[in-house]
Amino acid sequence: MNSAGFPKRGLALLALLFAALIAAPLLVNDYLLTVLIIILYFAYAGQAWNIMMGFAGQLSLGHAIYVGLGAYTAAALYVHFGIGPWIGLLVAVPVAMACGAIIGFLAFRFGVAGVYFAILTIAFAEFARIGFDHIGYTGGSAGLFLPVAQYAHNDLWNLRGKPIMFYYVMLAFTAAAFVLCRYLLRSRMGYFWQAIREDEEAARALGIDTFRYKMFAVVISAGMTAVAGVFFAFYYNNLFPEQVFHISRSIELILAPIIGGIGTLFGPILGAFVLTGLSEAMTELLHTLGIDVPGAKQVFYGVCLLIVVLALPDGIWPWLARRLRLERS
Amino acid sequence: MTMLLSITAVSKRFRGLVAVDRVSCEVAKGEIFAVIGPNGAGKTTLFNMIAGALQPDEGAISFQGERIDGLRPDEVCRRGIARTFQIVRPFPALTVEDNVMIGALLRTSDAARARESAHDVLRRLDLLDKRQRAAKSLTLPDRKRLEVARALATAPQLLLLDEVMAGLRPTETDRMVAILRELNARGLTILLIEHVMRAVMALADRVLVLHHGAPIALGTPAEVVRQPAVIESYLGAEAV
Repeated sequence: MNSAGFPKRGLALLALLFAALIAAPLLVNDYLLTVLIIILYFAYAGQAWNIMMGFAGQLSLGHAIYVGLGAYTAAALYVHFGIGPWIGLLVAVPVAMACGAIIGFLAFRFGVAGVYFAILTIAFAEFARIGFDHIGYTGGSAGLFLPVAQYAHNDLWNLRGKPIMFYYVMLAFTAAAFVLCRYLLRSRMGYFWQAIREDEEAARALGIDTFRYKMFAVVISAGMTAVAGVFFAFYYNNLFPEQVFHISRSIELILAPIIGGIGTLFGPILGAFVLTGLSEAMTELLHTLGIDVPGAKQVFYGVCLLIVVLALPDGIWPWLARRLRLERS
Repeated sequence: MTMLLSITAVSKRFRGLVAVDRVSCEVAKGEIFAVIGPNGAGKTTLFNMIAGALQPDEGAISFQGERIDGLRPDEVCRRGIARTFQIVRPFPALTVEDNVMIGALLRTSDAARARESAHDVLRRLDLLDKRQRAAKSLTLPDRKRLEVARALATAPQLLLLDEVMAGLRPTETDRMVAILRELNARGLTILLIEHVMRAVMALADRVLVLHHGAPIALGTPAEVVRQPAVIESYLGAEAV
């Protein structure tokens, strides 16, 4: 959970990882490339969620609402007005931030904390899921579809193109999120967040306006998550409220930082690699072994996660960092 | 003497119970002021009202000539009153250094400068060697000093200490007394709630004795321990 101390070896490792990710599309096939896109997507979204939970200690179990709002806003602008995703981002992010501000204000002003706060976040995501089912403008329960065609070239401005383009876009987002989170964590705000996470009353006694800083955490996290939503819309080209806002989406999004290490910068990235890697490897393994039992993959996957959580309750990264002597114990 | 803190006829009731009953006192700049009394005397309630954790039902609390009753704890701290908790509340997963740095960040937004001033405070509290340790790994005496260090890092005019000696061995108590004396000599005003009479006698310029929420004595330590009411209600006959 420590923020300070980032030795040279850590930077070297980071540079190596980044270089490998830049070179990856040259080395992998189309299938693996789509797997990498999913990994980066979860690394990015996990990083955004981590600001709220890992840094400021506010458990959100409804982050799908920010993904969904980002996705629907940008997709609707594109479908109805032909406004591209980058301009759409400028609308989608504030929309999600406003939603985060409303949830945060209601919770923090009226002292809703801990488990009750988590339930409130679920409730809002459920409102959105049911609400969007009835909004005809965005397709309702029948879904919202972006026009799909075979693209000969990559149109970065409209995010229409081949997986490799999406890969690099997501890589850029993930790298930017990492840099931003590192900056935030070591800023005054980052320290205040950690104080709130550790002991809110003690934080208040040190002069920290906890309401204000918790609001910052929700709003920043919501805005960042909306970026993932915009990507989601343009990558998958279809949006259904039942899927986008579903609670399983919120849970899926928080697994990477939990497995990787809550509150750490590398946790969400490492967790995304482990989780998605494990999931894909499991599919391959079962296929190779010729096991075709429904649900077998989920059971194995669940057991693996259980083992990780039991053996390394702080997540994989803190353990690995100690092993690699990258962080003080 | 200029008065730093003025408490005027402050009362606090919890349903039927009068926890603090029209208490008035003034703390002068530069003094060490102690509040003592048996369990349930209302010491911590009074303390929490000064720190902003509770609001008085009646009366006024002024700091540097301005009303502070009704302010939130963080606002009180920003005005220049820092507190410790009776049951220490360090940020457990953070290092000693980061704990204190968070206090220092109240007065500067620059992390490097906050770290520097945290080091100064840690040096004064004999904790500099342990700055890289996680706060949760410290022993109780160290955690008590960390609690003081973190409060001091906010650069207060007035330091409120809630039973900072409780649970310390006599040698540790003496060490804390020496540290507090040193801080006071540098101009810090201290208000402490304390059960450890050894520390109160050694430190306090003036002592307020509370019993059932009401003040029963106020004076120098030597004066108050001779008063029959204090002996009867608090010290017990054997203390004479």
